[in-house]
Amino acid sequence: MALEATSALPDRSASANLSGVRKGRYISATTESPATKAVLIGTALIFLLLFLVLPLAAVFVEALRKGAGEFLASFGDPDTQAAIRLTLLVAVIAVPLNMVFGIAAAWAIAKFEFKGKAFLTTLIDLPFSVSPVISGLVYVLLFGAGSVLGPWLKSHGIEILFAVPGIVLATIFVTFPFVARELIPLMQDQGTGDEEAALSLGASGWQAFWYVTLPNIKWGLLYGVLLCNARAMGEFGAVSVVSGHIRGFTNTMPLHVEILYNEYNFVAAFAVSTLLAGLALVTLVLKSFLEYRYGDEIAASKKH
Amino acid sequence: MDVSIRKVRKEFDRFPALRDVSLDIRSGELIALLGPSGSGKTTLLRLIAGLERPTAGAIYFGDEDASHKTVQERNVGFVFQHYALFRHMTVADNIGFGLKVRPGATRPTKTEIGRRASELLDLVQLSGLEKRYPAQLSGGQRQRVALARALAIEPKVLLLDEPFGALDAQVRRELRRWLREIHDATGHTTVFVTHDQEEALELADRVVVMSQGQIEQIGTADDIYDTPNSPFVYGFIGESSSLPVRIGNGELWIADRTIGLPAPDVADGDATLFFRPQDVELLDGCGGCIAGTVAATRRVAGTRRVELEIGGERQRVEIELPVGHPASQQSRVAFRPRRYRVFPARAA
Repeated sequence: MALEATSALPDRSASANLSGVRKGRYISATTESPATKAVLIGTALIFLLLFLVLPLAAVFVEALRKGAGEFLASFGDPDTQAAIRLTLLVAVIAVPLNMVFGIAAAWAIAKFEFKGKAFLTTLIDLPFSVSPVISGLVYVLLFGAGSVLGPWLKSHGIEILFAVPGIVLATIFVTFPFVARELIPLMQDQGTGDEEAALSLGASGWQAFWYVTLPNIKWGLLYGVLLCNARAMGEFGAVSVVSGHIRGFTNTMPLHVEILYNEYNFVAAFAVSTLLAGLALVTLVLKSFLEYRYGDEIAASKKH
Repeated sequence: MDVSIRKVRKEFDRFPALRDVSLDIRSGELIALLGPSGSGKTTLLRLIAGLERPTAGAIYFGDEDASHKTVQERNVGFVFQHYALFRHMTVADNIGFGLKVRPGATRPTKTEIGRRASELLDLVQLSGLEKRYPAQLSGGQRQRVALARALAIEPKVLLLDEPFGALDAQVRRELRRWLREIHDATGHTTVFVTHDQEEALELADRVVVMSQGQIEQIGTADDIYDTPNSPFVYGFIGESSSLPVRIGNGELWIADRTIGLPAPDVADGDATLFFRPQDVELLDGCGGCIAGTVAATRRVAGTRRVELEIGGERQRVEIELPVGHPASQQSRVAFRPRRYRVFPARAA
């Protein structure tokens, strides 16, 4: 021990003399010059302003252009109200289903070894990589009049395309990966130790899930559900293909915005847009709060 | 509860982690599974717990074949290497978990569970920490909570996977003594896994030395240390020196000289001599001894270790000398092991 101490001493003082101190000033190895900093920060700020803040502000400015009265009046329109109701209905159905699916898929991938696991993982990402229009078209091909299932469905009086079920299906497909993608890295990171502990203490599989697994993933799950919900309410492409744009029946909020805009009803279009923009802002605030409060637990999961 | 492991085999993707292992654990015994990583000791522990299924063979709890029982049915207390405490539950809730998840008929009341948790916390000397969360505890405290949690279900067998692996040396020694006390007080049949021989030899009634999925030797600390029965155990437990020798006429030969050691039970041919560096007697002259030149010396605590180069092939062995011994670089030292074993070359 004594030998180590004496040999370590000169080393340490030598390194203190050499590293970091130049011209009597301490310079961190990873710091850039003030000019470089200014350019980098400036570029980022200008970009944010032009592409994110201005459009968002424009939505609210346009919506309120003719005053608050006109703005509020546009929500009195029955078709607008129907669109809001439908959007909420779709989210209420699609989000819980994707939550259950996401947990099941993440559980399977993170806690078990099986053949085709890599394939399943890739498959979960499919809705992210496929254009939403294609996602919609898939359902048209599957359930449309010219498809195999079409005539059978028609003879049994089941409507899927151009009706609420089609919109729900398309939304589920598109928002499918959010929860699973959030949970897979988190659950892989946590491993199976806690579950094994619960089982060894006599808990059934369901008890282990309810008392141990779920509390361990709850913040990641909430985070995934939040993103999933935002996308479910805002989805345009896939829903547009399967909805049929029937006013008051199969128009969701994003579709309704487009229709109002095409009819030159700008105030109403932007008024409905403010709801969607507001949803986005609330989602962002909640997401930031979750990251701030439970950052450690979400750190393992991928950011979107 | 006696535990009997009968010809258990475990394969992971056709790779054998355990090869036909048999072991009888007596009721109330404290057993250590000792071996290097990859020796199958943790696999064996998990098989006893029911966290893994054996590929072949059977595990008996008492007279009952438990091989096909689930981990819940086996009622074992398992302490995990990294404790696996439930981080969102308080210490008291962690300890009470095993009681809370019991089916309604056998589940104690809430207050009863709380009382049990406090009792167990007293036992592990952590009274008053009921409301803490695992993140607020030190490593040693977590270890104690993990043990209390495993004891709460009144297990038939207590299994510990590297119980002190993640702790620093000081806490380790303390907890070692403490675990022995708890074991003596509660009388549970206890099996623990370790790669630390000092821990195994000091703590366990019997030590099971494992290597490459097989049991090399089972015995008390004295048996294992004084009469290792294989080259592996000789090399793994304590310090040992080895030297290639030849057997002829029931005697040991190095090159063309006998070294004055009889080996009556070993067949003629090439063999390896094993002995402990401290178990040697130094000789002055050399009529029947091992002699070599000093290649290196180092001071180890109260003794001096010397590396000798033996014979024309410059085979190196280590022996221990008293600090006052005048041996220096290049000087010649002659010695003879006091206790030794010879294993035929193919086994070494």
